[in-house]
Amino acid sequence: MEQYESDSLSAAQLAAVRRSMTNGRGALTRRSLLRASGVGALTVGGLAGLSACGIPAAKKENGAGPSNADHSSQEKQINFSNWTQYMDISDDKKHHPTLDEFTRRTGIQVKYTEDINDNVEFFGKIKPQLAGGQDTGRDLVVLTDWLAARLIRLGWAQQLDPSHLPHAYANLAPQFRMPDWDPGRAYSYPWTGIPTVIAYNAKATGGKKVDSITQLLDDPSLKGRVGFLSEMRDTIGMTLLDLGKDPAKFTDADFDAAIGRLQKGVDTKQIRRFTGNDYTGDLVKGDLAACVAWGGDVTQLRSDNPDIKYAIPAAGYMTSSDNLLVPAKARHQSNAEKLIDYYYELPVAAKLAAFINYQCPVDGVRDELAKIDPALAQNELILPDRAMTAKSHAFRSLSEAEETAYEQKFSKLIGA
Amino acid sequence: MTALAEAAPSRQGDLPVRKGSTRKRLVPYWLLLPGILWLIVFFALPMVYQASTSVQTGSLEKGFQVTWHFQTYWDAFKEYYPQFVRSLLYAGTATLLCLLLGYPLAYLIAFKAGRWRNIVLVLVIAPFFTSFLIRTLAWKTILADGGPVVHALSSLHVLDVTSWLGWTEGNRVLATPMAVVCGLTYNFLPFMILPLYTSLERIDSRLHEAAGDLYATPATTFRKVTFPLSMPGVVSGTLLTFIPASGDYVNAELLGSTDQKMVGNVIQSQFLRVLDYPTAAALSFILMAIVLVMVTVYIRRAGTEDLV
Repeated sequence: MEQYESDSLSAAQLAAVRRSMTNGRGALTRRSLLRASGVGALTVGGLAGLSACGIPAAKKENGAGPSNADHSSQEKQINFSNWTQYMDISDDKKHHPTLDEFTRRTGIQVKYTEDINDNVEFFGKIKPQLAGGQDTGRDLVVLTDWLAARLIRLGWAQQLDPSHLPHAYANLAPQFRMPDWDPGRAYSYPWTGIPTVIAYNAKATGGKKVDSITQLLDDPSLKGRVGFLSEMRDTIGMTLLDLGKDPAKFTDADFDAAIGRLQKGVDTKQIRRFTGNDYTGDLVKGDLAACVAWGGDVTQLRSDNPDIKYAIPAAGYMTSSDNLLVPAKARHQSNAEKLIDYYYELPVAAKLAAFINYQCPVDGVRDELAKIDPALAQNELILPDRAMTAKSHAFRSLSEAEETAYEQKFSKLIGA
Repeated sequence: MTALAEAAPSRQGDLPVRKGSTRKRLVPYWLLLPGILWLIVFFALPMVYQASTSVQTGSLEKGFQVTWHFQTYWDAFKEYYPQFVRSLLYAGTATLLCLLLGYPLAYLIAFKAGRWRNIVLVLVIAPFFTSFLIRTLAWKTILADGGPVVHALSSLHVLDVTSWLGWTEGNRVLATPMAVVCGLTYNFLPFMILPLYTSLERIDSRLHEAAGDLYATPATTFRKVTFPLSMPGVVSGTLLTFIPASGDYVNAELLGSTDQKMVGNVIQSQFLRVLDYPTAAALSFILMAIVLVMVTVYIRRAGTEDLV
C-alpha cells in the first residue's frame, strides 16, 4: 500500500498533495497544483505518444460511392440540418408549415435543426465522423457549393437515386443543372441560389449610385466605408469579373491579379472590413456606404429600409448555391430523397421562396409565387429573368492544392 | 515513516506521524481523482494531440503523418509575428486599462459601498447574463460612425489626437485598434474586478486605523498597506484578463479591420479556412509558450505564491 502512492504519482504531485494536507489552509495553491499536474501530464503523455497520433487520409477509395444501410422503411424519420432562417415558419414561430405538410403527406417525422451557421465551422464539426466512416446523425444537410463539392470529392456524400426525384429532375432551373463539381446533380440539389451583388446605402452615399467593383475600390467618396465579403469565392469572383476574367476558367495569374487589386484597396484604407453576415447591420447604420452583398439579405433589408439599394454590375455577378446533400452513412437516405423531391413541387417551392427571399432554383415557380405575393414574383433577385441569368457566373471548382493555396492568399489579404 | 513523508521532507520540521488507516490516507487521492481525470481528458490529451498535429505534414485528402517537421513552428512564427506582437500589445493595453478602471471600483465596493455592496457586485456580473458575442456586437452600435459617442469624441477633438497616434482612423472608431482594445477591456473587466474585490475585502480595516494612528496620510496608507495587501488580487486579476485576451479573436473580428487581426484570428483561419492544421497547432503552441514565459516572469517578479 505504501508503494501505491509513490508509483502512481510523481514526486512533484506528491509534494503538492502533501503540502495541501500539512501546511494548513491555502497551501494547495493554484500554481503548485498546475505545476504538479503539468509535470504529471508530461510524464503520462510522453513524447512517444506524439508520433502515435496522425490524421488518416480523408479520401476513401470508392468505386460506387460509400454504401450505407438505409433504414428509411422501418424508421419514418429524417434528421435535417439547415441554416438559420432558411425555412418558412408560422406566425407563432412554432411550426414550419411546409415541413408539417410533408409529414402529413408521407408520415415521415422531420427533426429539423438549425445548427449550421458557417460552412467552415460546420465542416469542422462533422469532419471527425465523416473521416472515421461514421454516421453524422444527419440525413440531410444544406451546404454552400464549394463545401458540397469538397464532400463529394472526398467521397463523403451519398449518391442520390434519380428515380426518387422526379419533380427535382424535371423542375430544376437550367442555370443549376451542370455545376462542374456535380454535373447532372448526382449527389446534390440546390436549396437556394445566392446572387452576389453590390448593395449600397443611398443615404450614406449622398444619393450616388454604386454599380461596379471598380467604383467600390476607387471612388474616394466611399473611402473607409466599403465592405467585401469574407467568402473568398464571392469577393474574388466579383473582382475577377470586374477585371474582365471569367470566374469559371481563370488561371493562377488571374487570381493573383484579383488579390493584388483588392490588396491595393486594403492598403489605401478604401476597404473597411471583410465581413460575414454581419455586414447587414453596418450597411443599415451607414458605417458601410457600399458593399458586396448577398441577394436574400438585400431583399430583406430593402423591405425594411428604402435607402438600401442594389446594383448588378455591368461586368456580371456571381451566383452560388446552398445545396441539399445526404452525408455518407446517413440512415434514412430515401426519406431524405422524398423531402428533396417535395421541395421541388411548384407550390411548395413558391411558399419557401416567399419566405426566405433567396433565388429560387425551381423553374416555373413564378405563377405560384405571384399568388402569394406579386411583388416577390417580379423580384429579379428571387426569380431572375433570362437577361439577368445571362450575366450570372459561377466560380469554378478547385483542386485541393488550389483551394489551399488560394485560401492562404485570401486569408493573408483579409489580415489573418 | 510513511511514503508521503519520505517523498518530500517537511519544511516545518518533523510532524507527528499519523497512524491512520490506509483508507483514510487514500482519501486525498480520491478527492483529487475527478480533477486529475478531468485534466487528463480535457487538457493533457488534447495537448498531446495538438502537439502531434503541429509536427505533421500532409493534406486533408492524403491524410496527415507525423514527420517531425519542426520547421512549421519557425515558418508560422516568421509569417505571423506581427499578429503575435499585436495580440500581446492589445491584451497588455486592455489589461492595464482593466486594472486602472477596475481597481477604484473594486476598492469602492470593498470599503465604501456599504449596504449597496451586493447590488454593485451583481451589476459587475450582470453583463455575463448575455452572451459574449451579443455584448461585442453591442459595441458596434455604441461606436457607430454616426453615433453619439463618435460625434462627441469628434467635437471634443479627441479623435484628432487618437488618429494622430494611429489609434483611430479619421472620424471613426470602429475598425480601428482603439475599438478592439475597448472591446477587450469591456469584455474582460469583470475578471479583473472580482479577484481585486476578493483580496481588498479581506483586508482588516483595523490596519487602516492603525496606519492612521501612526500618522500615515491616506495616500501613504494606500501605498504601504492597502496596495501591497491587494497584490494577490492584482496578480490573479491581470492573469485572468491577459491570458484569455491574448488569445481572443472575437473582438478583432467584429470591431477591427484587416490591420487589427490578432493571432487568434490567424489560428481560426488556418484551422477552419485554409485547413492547415499543423500551422494552426504550431501557432497555438507558440502563443501558449509566449504567454507562459511572460506569466512566469511576471509571477516571479510580483513574488506572490498565494494567488486568490
